[in-house]
Amino acid sequence: MSLLSVQDMKTDIGQYAVLHGVSFEVPEGGVFVLLGRNGAGKTTTLRSIMGLWTPSPGSVVFNGQDITRMHTADIARKGIAYVPENMGIFGTLTVDENLILATESGRFDKARLARIHELFPALERFRDKQAWSLSGGQKQMLSVARAIIEPRALILIDEPTKGLAPSIVGAMAEAFREIAQTTTILLVEQNFNFARSLGRDMAVIDDGRVVHAGSMEAFAADTALQDKHLGLSA
Amino acid sequence: MSTLTTTLGRIGGVNLLPFAVAAVAFLLIGAPSSWVTLTIAGLAMGMMLFLMASGLSLVFGLMDVLNFGHSAFVSFGAFVSATVLAGLGGWLAADSWALNALALAAAYLAAISFGLVAGWFFETVIIRPVYRDHLRQILITIGAMIVAEQTILAFWGGTPFSVGRPHFLEGSWIIGDVSIEIYRAFAFALGAAVFVMLYLVLNRTRIGLLIRAGVENREMVEALGFRVDRLFIGVFMLGSALAALGGAMWAGYETLITPHLGSELMIVVFIVVIIGGLGSIEGTLLGAILVGLMANYVGFLAPKLALASNMILMVAILLWRPNGLRPAVK
Amino acid sequence: MSNKSTTGALAIKGIVALIGALLLFAPFLFQDVRSLEVAARICIFIVLVASFDLLIGYTGIVSFAHTMFFGFGAYGAAILLKEMGPGWTPVILGGLAGVAVSLVFAVAIGLLSLRVKAIFFAMITLAAASVVLVLASQLSQFTGGEDGITYRAPDLFKPATKIFTDADGKVLSLWGVKFNGKLAAYYFVFACSLVLFLLMLRFVASPLGTVLKAIRENEARAEAIGYKVVAYRTFIFCLSATIASLAGTVYAVWLKYTGPDTSLSFAIMIDILLMVVIGGMGTMWGAVIGAVLMVVAQYYLRDLMGVASEALTGVPLLPELLAPDRWLFWLGLIFILLVYFFPKGIAGTAMEKGARA
Repeated sequence: MSLLSVQDMKTDIGQYAVLHGVSFEVPEGGVFVLLGRNGAGKTTTLRSIMGLWTPSPGSVVFNGQDITRMHTADIARKGIAYVPENMGIFGTLTVDENLILATESGRFDKARLARIHELFPALERFRDKQAWSLSGGQKQMLSVARAIIEPRALILIDEPTKGLAPSIVGAMAEAFREIAQTTTILLVEQNFNFARSLGRDMAVIDDGRVVHAGSMEAFAADTALQDKHLGLSA
Repeated sequence: MSTLTTTLGRIGGVNLLPFAVAAVAFLLIGAPSSWVTLTIAGLAMGMMLFLMASGLSLVFGLMDVLNFGHSAFVSFGAFVSATVLAGLGGWLAADSWALNALALAAAYLAAISFGLVAGWFFETVIIRPVYRDHLRQILITIGAMIVAEQTILAFWGGTPFSVGRPHFLEGSWIIGDVSIEIYRAFAFALGAAVFVMLYLVLNRTRIGLLIRAGVENREMVEALGFRVDRLFIGVFMLGSALAALGGAMWAGYETLITPHLGSELMIVVFIVVIIGGLGSIEGTLLGAILVGLMANYVGFLAPKLALASNMILMVAILLWRPNGLRPAVK
Repeated sequence: MSNKSTTGALAIKGIVALIGALLLFAPFLFQDVRSLEVAARICIFIVLVASFDLLIGYTGIVSFAHTMFFGFGAYGAAILLKEMGPGWTPVILGGLAGVAVSLVFAVAIGLLSLRVKAIFFAMITLAAASVVLVLASQLSQFTGGEDGITYRAPDLFKPATKIFTDADGKVLSLWGVKFNGKLAAYYFVFACSLVLFLLMLRFVASPLGTVLKAIRENEARAEAIGYKVVAYRTFIFCLSATIASLAGTVYAVWLKYTGPDTSLSFAIMIDILLMVVIGGMGTMWGAVIGAVLMVVAQYYLRDLMGVASEALTGVPLLPELLAPDRWLFWLGLIFILLVYFFPKGIAGTAMEKGARA
């Protein structure tokens, strides 16, 4: 059984239909990559899963439970974390406050915090700094760290490499590989090389529909398919 | 110029504005004793305005909800506490410091409790159905304000209602040639105490952390697993209770109140939050103190300009900083 | 608009036409002083509410300064009529002065607040309007303070003026209605209101009106297409202020009195809001229906409430709530319920019924 099953999801934003029926299955474990052009509906898909837009009709089943019309906060409590495209950092809060906010109890689990500091040493160095003063890469690290400070079954990550320096992209890939050993990641990515290095399964969204789904290995080998779905971006 | 700006920023930035206003007023007024009296009156007024405005500002920051009916809580707070004080007239008149204080405490508690209950009712019945729809929000809260004001008129009538004051808050302290009205000092102290409490709650507790984060990015707080809407009811109730307390204190300050008190103060409260910047209590305090000081200084120097002075202040500040002096980061 | 062809829309337009006819023949149909007073007030408020609807209905922004502009126009004419004596020059100069002051305020407020947040606009207009109200009652040497200004209208509108005379030199009358200055004054109000209302109808149907609707439907999209939203909004704010100001001038001429209660008070602002919401925002027709209902209710419902209140003497609280002065209480409740359940108001809701796609 898949961890997350999205069936025929249609989402309107205002009067504009953005998703026209998105369906895909995310198996447990590893990194699942959603590819697609700008404006294809990838971000809307993530937001609809998270309950930040309400899809109608359509269903989202997570761990065998229908979460389609649940409140965002309850969806989060079921074990889904969200790392939005703009990172959603609380700039006036310190790095530690950002992290502690994301814990359920209001206290750090020492072991988990130590693991996060090991993955992202900058977050330990700047723990008392206000988050707005961090660099773009550090903010991205903080946003990801916030998603794993509690044990989660699934993390939705929206374009984490956007605007980051190549060296940081490499570090990010390392971190994701490490995280993916214990947690499933649903990754929206434009950077195909980054996506290929991480993804096990993948789907392509275009114009609010899934137009291709399969293993990353097969997709990476088929340049004709890449051209068809991603244009020249590959 | 830029070095001047950075130096100013280091020693407090916009927080220096009230001091600058006070200094200019000192030169214009000339007589130090009048200046001290006016400054204390301004600070007291500022603190009461802060209580009335803080809820409005936080509620807007957290949920993007602007409540045009907020002044109803101020009016009700004033009338509820005045009624309690009238009912406890015996205690108030008694020659006992403790009974006096008890009567005042009872009146304030009644106002606060009323604010909590009315706030809960207002949030669930009036505001909840129109989240995220500013036009209907403005219209509905205006409608609620009309109904609230008419209800007060029906209950308490249109004639001015006199408000009892405990004996120990009457009169003034005379220090040299400076006289300080005791009630003003009391209002300032109580307001300052509430500000400190609010500040500590917002900056030292987990709830406060959630509120600050929610003001900045509500969606993200929800995506981390917290029901901001439930938090919001709490903040709304707290804001209403503070407004009611502000109204109760204002009633004692004015000693004669009419049902239009709320709508008259509403304008000033709006100016306070616009000047201060929506969403932060520090900004609201700054705006409130500025407005309080300006109102008293200008009221002394050029009485006819008193209300217009706030407007001019607001225009000047908006031209300089379109989002107010210290808005919450969005 | 797709709802042009619905039966509901036809019905609304029929009702509006009927109201227009009733107002046109009002002096002949209702031959008492009070009714003519009501009819003139309805004419003025139709214009005032329609001009407010331009703003709230077609751009979705709420201003609380509409009575301020109405007041500028009224006080402009009033002050000059008082200073210069009756005549058309003070009316025209006063009207122009009112429009000029209104435009200055509208541009200043628009540029100051429309670029920040629409919600600031509501707060700032409220603050500005209340400051003007206080100033009007404080600057009593110009405005007469709380007491307002009483003055004479141009000679044509004097009750003793004979518009038409019969063979004996007496004022001519038709069906018992005398062709005197009072009648002329009413038709002055009626004609001015009609012209202003038709102008607004024409404007709404123009390409500019279409742009406004696009902005209302989706601000971000309109901005993306390249419309300068702030500029458009400031423009419409100025237009609506100008019309409100002109309506104020006409009303000042009719009333021969101008004071805070007839032109500037917050109570009138509330009336306008209630009228536009009850009638239906964004339709223009709604302004007509809302204004008629509210003005008639103001004049006649209160009598009815007085009767009800007296009948219920002895019942706790109800007599107080039914007292004629408390009619705003009930209106406020109705208003809230309308905003919840029929946000489109009477006209908007009716026009969607009986759709013939």
